[in-house]
Amino acid sequence: VDLRDTPEEAAFREELRAWLEESVPAALGGYRGGEERFEGPALRAWSRSLHDAGYAGLTWPEEYGGGGKPYTFQAIFLEELARAEAPPHVGVIGLGMAGPTIIAHGTEEQKSRYLAPILSAKEIWCQGFSEPGAGSDLAGLRTSARLDGDHFVLDGQKVWSSFAHIADWCVLLARSDPEATRHAGLTYLIVDMHSPGIEVRPLRQLTGEAEFNEIFVTGVEVPVENVVGEVDGGWDVAMTTLLHERGTLGFALQASLEVQVRKLVALARDRGADPILRDRIAREWIELQALRMTNVRALSQLVQTGVPGPEGSIAKLVWSEANQRVTKLALELLGPDAPLAEENAPYGGYWQYQQLRSRGNTIEAGTSEILRSIVAERVLGLPRSR
Amino acid sequence: VDLSFSSEQDELRAQTRAYLEEHAEPTWPELAELGWTGVSVAEQDGGAGLGFVEEAVLFEELGRALYHGPFFSTIAVTLPALPSDLRAEVAAGQASWTLALGPLVSDLDSADRVAIVGGDGIYELEGAKREVLSTTDVTRPLGVVRGGEPGRRLADAGALVEIRLRALTALALEACGVARHALELAVEHASSREQFGRPIGAYQAVSHPLADAYTRLELARSLALWSACCVAERDEQASLAAAAAKAAAAEAAVEICETAIQVHGGIGFTWEHPLHRLYKRALWIESFLASGTQLRAEVSGVLLDARRDPAPATKTPVAAGQGG
Repeated sequence: VDLRDTPEEAAFREELRAWLEESVPAALGGYRGGEERFEGPALRAWSRSLHDAGYAGLTWPEEYGGGGKPYTFQAIFLEELARAEAPPHVGVIGLGMAGPTIIAHGTEEQKSRYLAPILSAKEIWCQGFSEPGAGSDLAGLRTSARLDGDHFVLDGQKVWSSFAHIADWCVLLARSDPEATRHAGLTYLIVDMHSPGIEVRPLRQLTGEAEFNEIFVTGVEVPVENVVGEVDGGWDVAMTTLLHERGTLGFALQASLEVQVRKLVALARDRGADPILRDRIAREWIELQALRMTNVRALSQLVQTGVPGPEGSIAKLVWSEANQRVTKLALELLGPDAPLAEENAPYGGYWQYQQLRSRGNTIEAGTSEILRSIVAERVLGLPRSR
Repeated sequence: VDLSFSSEQDELRAQTRAYLEEHAEPTWPELAELGWTGVSVAEQDGGAGLGFVEEAVLFEELGRALYHGPFFSTIAVTLPALPSDLRAEVAAGQASWTLALGPLVSDLDSADRVAIVGGDGIYELEGAKREVLSTTDVTRPLGVVRGGEPGRRLADAGALVEIRLRALTALALEACGVARHALELAVEHASSREQFGRPIGAYQAVSHPLADAYTRLELARSLALWSACCVAERDEQASLAAAAAKAAAAEAAVEICETAIQVHGGIGFTWEHPLHRLYKRALWIESFLASGTQLRAEVSGVLLDARRDPAPATKTPVAAGQGG
């Protein structure tokens, strides 16, 4: 047990903090998430400078242009990035999900073609898993991939795809064997988002922003060399992607909650809080420390054994509900000003936006219901419910 | 940063659990024989010269086993006030202690000696009459002391700071042990008890509250380990960590016991089932020393009234850019 950074970690943190202080462009400071994740050339340039400074793909193997660093460095990176209120690299889907999946299951040709442009933000990736009829029950997906000579022909529809409107590539899961059921007969494909037959439509969400998209796929041709893993063996490949989604998520979530709680405390100092609100603020601060120490425990386990500990599976569940409470608590502190929006609201409508956005947190990347079932069945060993 | 236990510490836990499963009510000399009473006592005083993190393992396991005896009052509470010769007696199993932190004194039925706070010092209390009161948790009695005179001066009152941190953290750890035991019983029951042709744990109305119980427990345990670490290293975050840990762990233990009772159905409400004993210990922990509400008031005081925000918990050599 040791609460301190190792000397290497401390040196990395110090250097990173100094670098962030002088490198975050003023236009990109005060990052609040949402559509700011996609916006404009400034974000591309910022992503490139993250890459040039060696902060893109920190945990990727060095042979693929990564930093070859342990997960603790990625945790420090996410923590410091959030503290500096700087936006993440625009290629988060490529860096966190598509890239690691290609590293694990891809061919040498795929690795040399796709990995480098992810790091340099030259190419953006999105994910095509969910469908209108297959959300939590992903294996029920119906987008078809029909083999025709040296390519597959894809037809179907994907939904809830962040970054699809600016993406160059999509990691897409499709049914290649119509006779097979459930987890069998699925194939994991790399799809060129500029192909004829791809149509992306934004989905306006309850915040008024459009962070997600529908992807309509009509007769899209994908060469067979774009299959990742085996034909009909896509389920296991997709699980690698989701494992990476949840594996590196914990620290990013903790870091973003840290920013929210810090702002909540500042708000309460600014506006005053009665004893009941003070008690609830203290609760949220305690919850944040609990999440952070749980992440540290999970990370210690990961570093020591190479296998994530069970504590890690609860990070998303805890964060999403904490973020919902924190943002609602902020609205209570705003009192009669809470219904105001955007420039008419205090702090430019930050809290009104965050509170509405937080309702998505318990749905995206695994609903809380699914996560509770995962904890019940895989961690506690309770009998399966279905 | 590393919050995992060493293999020696894991070994200590396994031994502790195995011993307590065999021996329901170990005596003080038996605990000394095992080396548990001298874990943090210096080697020249007959102890092991280890720290609070090793003791943390014991508190958690003793909580799990609902141990009845003066370990908490001696080791968590009184030890920092004892001079070297008296620490040696504790390590050797010759004396156990309790300290009157308030009108209701813990473990007064089993502790050999009693200390009190008077003026600027902590003293041994001599010639007092003890009255042990009945408590809902019969394994952790409270009592009052009447009359008596301050005897030997043991320590400056300044020792109370460390005593409070150790006591809060030990209670948080005990609460985690209690909660884990209750959760294990509930999971076992939900996996074997069948209704409508299926184990009840296959119903999400049962399994999701258990998933939440696990989540609450792991969060509380992370705080308790963090606090133990802070206490062991005399970290400046220790008082916040201890308040956070005790508030969260006591509440988690109470709620997890309640979930476990509910999941057990009728049998969970009976005297014969062990759950009510775990529940009563959890309630005892919640109310002793400071309630969750009181501790959160301390936390919000630091967050909202202090001149500056506390620094983040991750320690780095860089001071600039933190806080605010």
